[in-house]
Amino acid sequence: MEKTLLDIKNLSRFFTIGKGQILEAVNGVSFTIHKGETFGLVGESGCGKSTLGRTVVGLYPPTGGQVLFDGIDVAGNKTHAQKMELSRRMQMIFQDPYTSLNPRMKVMDIIAEGIDNHGMASSRAERTKMVIDLLHSVGLDEEHANRYPHEFSGGQRQRVGIARALAVNPDFIVADEPISALDVSIQAQVVNLMKHLQETRNLTYLFIAHDLSMVKYISDRIGVMYLGNLVELADSDELFKNPLHPYTNALLSAIPLPDPKVERTRSRIVLEGNVKSPINLPKNCHFCTRCPRKQPICEQEIPQLKEAAPGHFVACHLVK
Amino acid sequence: MSKTLLEVKNMHVSIHTDSGVIQAVRGVNFELHESETLAIVGESGSGKSITNKAIMGLLPVGGRIDEGEVILNGRDTAHFSEKEMNTIRGAEVSMIFQDPLTSLNPTMTVGNQITEMLMLHKPGMTPEQRKARALELLDMVGIPNPEERFGQYPHQFSGGMRQRVMISIALACEPQILIADEPTTALDVTIQAQILELMKKLQKKVNTSIIIITHNLGVVSSMADRVQVMYGGRFVESGVLDEVFYETKHPYTQGLMDSIPNMQLSNQKLYSIPGTPPDLISPPHGCPFAARCRYCMKVCEKIQPPEFTFSETHRASCWLYDDRAKGVF
Amino acid sequence: MNTEQSIPLDLFTPASDNSAKQEHIARQHHSAFYDGWVRLRKNKAAVVCAVIILIIAIMSAVVPSVSKYTYFDTDYSNKIAQPSRDHPFGTDLFGRDQWVRVWYGTGISLLIGLAAALINLIIGVFYGAFSAIMGGRVDAIMQRIIEVLVGIPSLIIVILFMMVLPPGVWTIIAAMSVTGWVNMARLVRAKILNLKSQEFVLAAQLLGTSTWKTIIRHLIPNTISVIVIQVMFAIPSAIFTEAFLSFIGVGLTEPKASLGVLINNGYKALRAAPFLLIYPAIAIILIMICFSIVGDGLRDAFDPRMKH
Repeated sequence: MEKTLLDIKNLSRFFTIGKGQILEAVNGVSFTIHKGETFGLVGESGCGKSTLGRTVVGLYPPTGGQVLFDGIDVAGNKTHAQKMELSRRMQMIFQDPYTSLNPRMKVMDIIAEGIDNHGMASSRAERTKMVIDLLHSVGLDEEHANRYPHEFSGGQRQRVGIARALAVNPDFIVADEPISALDVSIQAQVVNLMKHLQETRNLTYLFIAHDLSMVKYISDRIGVMYLGNLVELADSDELFKNPLHPYTNALLSAIPLPDPKVERTRSRIVLEGNVKSPINLPKNCHFCTRCPRKQPICEQEIPQLKEAAPGHFVACHLVK
Repeated sequence: MSKTLLEVKNMHVSIHTDSGVIQAVRGVNFELHESETLAIVGESGSGKSITNKAIMGLLPVGGRIDEGEVILNGRDTAHFSEKEMNTIRGAEVSMIFQDPLTSLNPTMTVGNQITEMLMLHKPGMTPEQRKARALELLDMVGIPNPEERFGQYPHQFSGGMRQRVMISIALACEPQILIADEPTTALDVTIQAQILELMKKLQKKVNTSIIIITHNLGVVSSMADRVQVMYGGRFVESGVLDEVFYETKHPYTQGLMDSIPNMQLSNQKLYSIPGTPPDLISPPHGCPFAARCRYCMKVCEKIQPPEFTFSETHRASCWLYDDRAKGVF
Repeated sequence: MNTEQSIPLDLFTPASDNSAKQEHIARQHHSAFYDGWVRLRKNKAAVVCAVIILIIAIMSAVVPSVSKYTYFDTDYSNKIAQPSRDHPFGTDLFGRDQWVRVWYGTGISLLIGLAAALINLIIGVFYGAFSAIMGGRVDAIMQRIIEVLVGIPSLIIVILFMMVLPPGVWTIIAAMSVTGWVNMARLVRAKILNLKSQEFVLAAQLLGTSTWKTIIRHLIPNTISVIVIQVMFAIPSAIFTEAFLSFIGVGLTEPKASLGVLINNGYKALRAAPFLLIYPAIAIILIMICFSIVGDGLRDAFDPRMKH
């Protein structure tokens, strides 16, 4: 049995927006991430996947439930030293390569920020050397250290962001849609780089994205979210071969494949209806407004996540 | 072959910015035939968007067409005045954009935005006829309760619904050409599927030619009849859909195909094109892709490759297909 | 096709390893500030106006101290003299040299403008930044205070101040500073709130950067352009407010002079001696226009939008 690194227990994160309006961004999500694996989290915009990622690293305090990182409660009371230790071990890669780097700082100082905070370099020269090593490890050069972010392309910026996260030698990285703002050829670059870094540095990833094909490529297991709930969770091959939730099915069928012959013969499940407003959600299956296989029970009860096959969990009334 | 609606000849577009002159489009040639869908594929900064904005006369500040012709229905519109372009935009060529929220006027009801378009180009219509036509259009793009939706504002629509409204405005005056600039990039996959289905359905119904600009090869393979791959301000490969996908000639196109993971396979190794696209402020002398190419020769770095023809429709600009390059790799 | 045929065959060989060039950045290397500076220098109007402001400032400092007349020396034998070699701008109702008085008044007006803008800057930046950084309840209360201050007509507060405190330059500055900082505070707060949700600030938080260091390294450097631009607009507005106060008679008292005082005096003698109004009016118009154009130039050059 693999060692569990991250244990998310019944995690909820609500936002109050105005009087009596509650936005349930994440509602009662539980799963674990093993040491050394990549857990992919997919879903459409507004499904709460980014909120979940930010709650996991402690940027948002949870409304309910717990995030245990190596047994430590991320949101619990901690001394300064414990907080710093946690911040060293858990890092994040952000979505927008344009706002994730301070435009007034040189790349050298951006990458060295963590090194400085944690006192990891004993001298100026060592600090410089560490930054240059990090630049090399993400495929950039020494000459880039003295440049400002706006001089870089999107892919290069994203790699600077990765180097900044790696600077503190973390064990666990939350990658919040790291490739969705990048061009196709650059997406593959970044994903391959992340895979390579995972092998050489023994990293564990929570990889958040809306692009299923890339998620499948990088992830060992995948969770599918819909309006704050985890609706399906399985090994990535299993999820693609045997999707059980109607939403997962629709999602897989909606992806246009880069293969004209397949596209011509394919029939897709086109979802009708609209996504529910995430404000003051009723207590039923949130997908029922769009589900092609809706039953009366779907409008009355919240489906619970249950194990349909070994390691394959799904929250749907139709799956027995 | 069917009638040619649009022909772009040797177009050069430059954009003057504070950091220098960006040579965004460097000599492109293409034509668009009646009722076909042409996909222009490329990365950001490849010039695909600028090409189409130049056709529409919507270049950003500092941008201008330096050279070349845009022949639309037999006349060269490359140097038309703003006033002349206004008679063409919407009536002969329409455009939909990536972000439907910023391209709709937030202070005007959706209905008024459609009727305004009709007022501009179809002055003969009465207000009643315009409203009837607007409702018909909303219904055609699949917006439920068009009567009620007619009086609502853009913020009351979801992202996918807004894009439908955009399409209905674009198609209001039955243009011959619809340019769709990354129409589904900002949308979720399930919504993207809806919009793509809608566009295919409408094209059959109203018989419009579509230029779809995208970086998503999946969208291309589900929509396009022909494909042009753009890189560094030039077309590097063009051909009928199957030719480009199954008989790929240019190493850049091949690299793009290889850098998309196949969902059917597991544990594959993904190829990624190394490096970064060229900065078009100082474009490379030779092939724009040379610095990132797996099969780069000395000649590629020095001299721009000519276009090699593989079939009546399939062309690629790459030195690998020169006789002298045989057996080098 | 001839040129293509003439390409030497040895070019059709694999190129040397090109991986070094793949990540090369072709553009000149410089900071965002430098970019802004280049843009500002290209803006001819702004450069000319900046030079004019500089000249006016130097003149207003130098002229009163090197001239043989002072701003308060009266010469009743030479009242309302037409401009001449001795008195380039003529003399006023008390025979004081108008040339010296205009430059002296310009100096006082500039001083008031600068000092008021500076005080607004200090109070506004601290208030706005504190409010944005604390957030939550503190922010809500501090914003309500601002709303109350905005609600009271500022002119009433200023006039009240002028009547209670002894008249003088510093009273005017103090009176204008009571409410003058709210715009700056609002701007700074909005900018910092916006920055706080940017991903690079979140990244700093995750890397364990302390709040203080986050403010110094991430928030302030990205707010500076907003602050500078706002100051450039605050200066002419303060000068104008002072001129207005002096014009309605609650400003500086004789023999001290600001441009507002001079315009007020000149206006009274408009028929007899129009030159007494014209020169200070030209000075104030020039100052106002130049500051506005420089402010606009700065805004265009250091646009707070993130550069893509």
